[in-house]
Amino acid sequence: MSALLQVRNLSLHYGPRVGCQDVSFDLHPGELLCIVGESGSGKSTLLNAVAAQLTPTAGSVRYRQRDGEWLELGTLSEADRRRLAREEWGFVTQNPRDGLRLNVSAGANVAERLMALGMRHYSQLRATARHWLERVEIDPTRIDDAPTSFSGGMQQRLQIARTLVTQPRLVFMDEPTAGLDVSVQARILDLLRRLVNELGLAAVMVTHDLAVARLLAARTIVMQGGRVVETGLTDQILDDPQHPYTQLLVSSVLTT
Amino acid sequence: MTAALMLELRDLSKSFELHQQHGARLNVLRGLDLRLHAGECVVLSGPSGAGKSTLLRVIYANYRPSLGAVHVRHQDRWLDLAKATPHEVLDVRRQTLGYVSQFLRVIPRVPALDIVAEPLVEHGVDVQQARRRAAYMLSRLNVPERLWQLPPGTFSGGEQQRVNIARGLIVPRPILLLDEPTASLDADNRAIVAELLAEARSAGSAVLGIFHDEDMRDRVATRLFPMQALEAA
Repeated sequence: MSALLQVRNLSLHYGPRVGCQDVSFDLHPGELLCIVGESGSGKSTLLNAVAAQLTPTAGSVRYRQRDGEWLELGTLSEADRRRLAREEWGFVTQNPRDGLRLNVSAGANVAERLMALGMRHYSQLRATARHWLERVEIDPTRIDDAPTSFSGGMQQRLQIARTLVTQPRLVFMDEPTAGLDVSVQARILDLLRRLVNELGLAAVMVTHDLAVARLLAARTIVMQGGRVVETGLTDQILDDPQHPYTQLLVSSVLTT
Repeated sequence: MTAALMLELRDLSKSFELHQQHGARLNVLRGLDLRLHAGECVVLSGPSGAGKSTLLRVIYANYRPSLGAVHVRHQDRWLDLAKATPHEVLDVRRQTLGYVSQFLRVIPRVPALDIVAEPLVEHGVDVQQARRRAAYMLSRLNVPERLWQLPPGTFSGGEQQRVNIARGLIVPRPILLLDEPTASLDADNRAIVAELLAEARSAGSAVLGIFHDEDMRDRVATRLFPMQALEAA
């Protein structure tokens, strides 16, 4: 199978400080890859560099778009990058307030991404928005309510609906369940797991939670100090960690 | 006609290096050779600590071997799992290699029926058809129908184990690895599992397992593979 995303020797430095250093990986269609590591290990920097949100210092990111053509993200124009973000990618941020528009209704938050793709038919937009609210288990009678009236878990589910409504081929997620109660977390994880399977999405997800990686990702990358220290099958990394830092991470998890 | 060779372990060794314990080294397997053919059921025997579970996990590529080769016949070609890429391992697990442990890994909110059906869906079977097959497996294993739509988190140990076996056996796989899948089952349910394994074998599956219960071992094993704990290195 051919890859969807190829990251080669990617580095991003903040002045003299290393954000991420010499990272390479491939992502295949339909595959969810987790990036794990503690705070400051460079996971979010790597995610943002791969997603062309930050400009890398060195290395390359290639993406195979819907028509099969490979794009070198570093050489794309700003307009092309925005087109990719609109038409082929999705982003889910840790704080849903960063990914939602808080001053428009829940329905408009979902419909807006479709309108950006040229869909104009009002009743169809509304019906699709309603359908997606149901899909992420938000009562569709809340369609005209502002997201500010939603709980944190509902806001996160709304952000997921807003992101997935355009059927992106590739989704970037930065700690989508951090900061939520465990019961709310379980619901979102189950939802993500189901939607990723149903839609055949490819995704790169940053998480500090090894249980999330085990539940969602077949493959995992472990980062420390901006570098990849271990990479491979998630169950192998968690059950037979090789690197001292991975062993420390795994042995630090509380089991109930 | 001799049965096809399905799995061949050559000079397999596994040790664990514990960096958090001042680099302590545990040698669990050393220089192990094993051949497994279609239609046979080889049972690993030996005391606790002999490395039986470790061996199954190394074959499933859940653990990385330290040395040696794990040759698996995968869709009419041979692949060494010790050297395979993660994507190759995932494909082997989807198509060729099944693993059933003692414990069901429950997923919050997912009902038993879907947990059982999932490997078949990943195998490419339509969801409704996979659910029908899952229902058949669950009823075969005497899991009461009122439980099928519930997540198994609250089930008894024996019920969870039967859900796990149904999930592990729903896709007919050429090689099955079983780590005490019947540990908390009563005699009637053990007999059903023995029956399912016999059916898998006559359909051509090769089985490698651990069964502590002697009655179960006698019933399913075509051959024993004795293992001994290594001396402390």
